[in-house]
Amino acid sequence: MHEMAICLGIIQIVEEEVRHRSFSRVRSVCLEMGALSHAAPEAIRFCFAVVATRTVAEGAVLNIVELPGVAWCMSCSKSVEIARRGECCSCCGSYQLQVTAGEQMRVRELEID
Amino acid sequence: MCTVCGCTEGTPSTKRAKAHDAESHERYEVHVQDNCDRHCAHPHGDQGPQRSNHAGDSHSRHRGSARHQAHGGQALLSGGAGPAGLKVAGMGRERVIQIGRDILGKNNGIAADNRALFVADDLLVFNLLSSPGAGKTTLLVRGVSELKRSRPVGVIEGDQQTSNDAERIRAAGVPAIQVNTGKGCHLDAATIGEAYRRLPLLTGGILFIENVGNLICPAAFDLGEACKIVVLSITEGEDKPLKYPDMFAASSLMVINKIDLAPLLEFDLGKTIEYARRVNPKIDVLVVSARTGEGFGALYAWIDRQAGHQRRALEDTRR
Repeated sequence: MHEMAICLGIIQIVEEEVRHRSFSRVRSVCLEMGALSHAAPEAIRFCFAVVATRTVAEGAVLNIVELPGVAWCMSCSKSVEIARRGECCSCCGSYQLQVTAGEQMRVRELEID
Repeated sequence: MCTVCGCTEGTPSTKRAKAHDAESHERYEVHVQDNCDRHCAHPHGDQGPQRSNHAGDSHSRHRGSARHQAHGGQALLSGGAGPAGLKVAGMGRERVIQIGRDILGKNNGIAADNRALFVADDLLVFNLLSSPGAGKTTLLVRGVSELKRSRPVGVIEGDQQTSNDAERIRAAGVPAIQVNTGKGCHLDAATIGEAYRRLPLLTGGILFIENVGNLICPAAFDLGEACKIVVLSITEGEDKPLKYPDMFAASSLMVINKIDLAPLLEFDLGKTIEYARRVNPKIDVLVVSARTGEGFGALYAWIDRQAGHQRRALEDTRR
């Protein structure tokens, strides 16, 4: 359940923003999550509600923008989208792929009062 | 009993480490015995004199440094601007503020500090990962028994509970710290920074971190290691790399263990390597038996090559 630790990280970021800026309530939290990141959006949604309890983010709506995984194929020298690790290049079938995007887990923006 | 050196003098105690980051340590306890007489001879508690660069307790102490400012700011990709003040139609007083911060940024920042400290201490650090029962501890016991002849070696052991693994390492004559994660499923960088302060200095040596037996969660958490090593035992099946790809993607080396059991199993070594390279085309592969010692010569040679890479990288940055 590293998703709990990840959600604690989200709450920590939100609380730091509360300290640096003057607002009292978070209406929504928008995350960016890559398809190749270390957590599944549905697990994050489940854990977020639990972790946000009795914090400034309690009751906040969680929006997750899911971003595709992208890899560079070393065989055919093309950039291709992959849904998960271990997939082959959709152009040439090679597994010689170097992931270039889709590993991120970021708090993109907050909607605040 | 002292969980650093295993000696039995002194009153046993479990002391919650002085939090250098109370927020991220709430879930952890680092079991440490500070009042053992033998510690005078080999300081590995808080007072280790050589540790002045990392003593104190805290990453917060370092926070004034350029490095900490760098990683604090690094996560703030929007340039640290104040509230964007964007008015969203029909939403009254609410504002949308762009923050663009890495959720694991705090852990990654502390991991970067750990890495800098390890390099400054001329220490090569490996993070060992596997599912429970793959043989990490047996592999370590054999490995450290040999490696300690030529250089200082230390171990940080991560388990949900018990100090059994650290005791096995100490029995091999190597200092070990046991970290119990309680309900936690992985080690994090802050815990490792704290545990490292409690080991004796290992200048010019190797630190092994044996992570919690878990093929999912520890992949996400950088500890400051030079590289991750994933251990796969042949009893687990060939397709583990495809089932748990994140761990194999994050690792520089896959050690295939328990090869002495191959005659008893229908295990396809070639297929295992092929699957691992589907998720990580660059992963190195070694085949060993921690029980018989088969393949350990190649493992020591691989470790020496990593030491060489780190030394050359350090020399390049000093030029």
